[in-house]
Amino acid sequence: MDLIKAKELIFEYVRRDKNGEVDGFKRAIDGISLSIKQGDFIAVLGANGSGKSTLAKHLNSLLHPTEGVVFVDGNDTADADKVWDIRKAVGMVFQNPENQMIGTIVEEDVAFAPENLGIESDRIKERVKESLDIVEMYEYRRSTPSKLSGGQKQRIAIAGVLAMHPKCIVLDEPTAMLDPEGRRDVIRAIRALNDVENITIILITHNMEEAIYANRIYVMDSGRIVMQGTPREVFSHVEELEQYRLSVPQVTRLAYDLRNAGLDIPPGILTRKELCEALCRS
Amino acid sequence: MIRDITLGQFYPADSVLHRLDPRVKLTGTLVYVISLFLFQSYIGYLVATAFLVSMIVLSRVPVSFMFKGLKAVFILILVTGLLNVFLTPGRELVTFWKITITIEGLRMAGFMVLRIVYLIVGSSIMTLTTTPSSLTDGLEKGLGWLKFLKVPVHEIAMMMSIALTFIPVLLEETDRIIKAQQARGADFESGNLIRRIKALVPILVPLFVSAFRRANDLAIAMESRCYRGGEGRTKLYPLRYQGRDVAAYIVLAVYLAGTICVGILF
Repeated sequence: MDLIKAKELIFEYVRRDKNGEVDGFKRAIDGISLSIKQGDFIAVLGANGSGKSTLAKHLNSLLHPTEGVVFVDGNDTADADKVWDIRKAVGMVFQNPENQMIGTIVEEDVAFAPENLGIESDRIKERVKESLDIVEMYEYRRSTPSKLSGGQKQRIAIAGVLAMHPKCIVLDEPTAMLDPEGRRDVIRAIRALNDVENITIILITHNMEEAIYANRIYVMDSGRIVMQGTPREVFSHVEELEQYRLSVPQVTRLAYDLRNAGLDIPPGILTRKELCEALCRS
Repeated sequence: MIRDITLGQFYPADSVLHRLDPRVKLTGTLVYVISLFLFQSYIGYLVATAFLVSMIVLSRVPVSFMFKGLKAVFILILVTGLLNVFLTPGRELVTFWKITITIEGLRMAGFMVLRIVYLIVGSSIMTLTTTPSSLTDGLEKGLGWLKFLKVPVHEIAMMMSIALTFIPVLLEETDRIIKAQQARGADFESGNLIRRIKALVPILVPLFVSAFRRANDLAIAMESRCYRGGEGRTKLYPLRYQGRDVAAYIVLAVYLAGTICVGILF
């Protein structure tokens, strides 16, 4: 069974004028159907305003469809009785790590979700330890979050979600506010979750270098899914991506330009190593 | 730098008082404050002083920290003292011009000043030995019975702890906004008071906007982590009374009984 399934999902924001009267509707999501299996690593790409964050909020029952349905783990997200089951199954990590911190020290923050679930204290302690171990932050458990770097804070936020034991984690541009080092650490943690813990990852990003680790990419534009496939498939369509205001990873771009210049290089090169091998062969 | 401001006045140390349950310390402070108004005699003050000194010793916090809080109320202490010296009727000690100082006046002034000093030092002991977050925990649990009077105890405690988390974040933000406005030529340092207050507007407006945005983000993050109010919530470190807490309650009861006796007898 699919972990997440969306059918003909449509979502409209109501636009109001100064007097609070309904002025019009803005369609943020325009007929999306997708299905995601347990253990998948999905990347959702799209320029600003393409509807990717709105889509993310549907997976967590923070927003409900205007039309169509979203099923998470067999539960309809519009069903008010299932909200907590859905949120327990699908954790969310947001862009700004500072705005997600609830505790005054790291372990309190990680314990927040299990506390909400009413888990007994000894079990919470175990979960806090195991979650902080996965993101390699256990030694900081007694620190104040405001003293940590952006990348560390974002890993704490991931640990906070992990402590719920979710089946899936949705990350909404988790690296947008981080420096390169923090970015690398966070991406490494995310990949470990997927590889080792078999947690489904939905990574929303506009950093193409991060998307190459996914096993499936969805490209969004104007509330629609306009391209999908493996990273290799998607990134071999350089021109089409540019049309949606997206670039491709640097290496892919270089390979594409070299290919256009007449070199014998296959399309959809993703890593430096692949490019080197292709160049040596040609 | 604005972000170097210390939060609360917790002084980290490893003492019996630090390890006590925050509820005990809250109750203790309340008992001590009440006890100060139960007696009027020298013996009473002797008991209160002995109690306070032993708490200071037990807390292992340097004495200078204890008296820091007094600076803020120095004027209040001075005025109270002087008023009592000059306005208490009784046996005359010295008279010059229209002012008379009486023996009772001196005694009264001494007692009042001591009382205020003890009030402040007594409550400093609590804030110096308790972290802000365990203080909130203590309030939430200690005042839990107020729920039956429809007081939203959990919500208030949650708001306090969120405020504590966000104070450093907002301070940093304020710092950033000040620098950004200064870089564009804003002047916060010259002009009269009114001009300076007006100069704060371009700091406060963006600060409020960003605080609201952060609050919205935080609310979404809390909901997505299954927050649904205090009902059915557990704690990572739940407050549980230990042997030492019971002992502390007994000490408090003895002290309170003692001061009541002193108040009645002397």
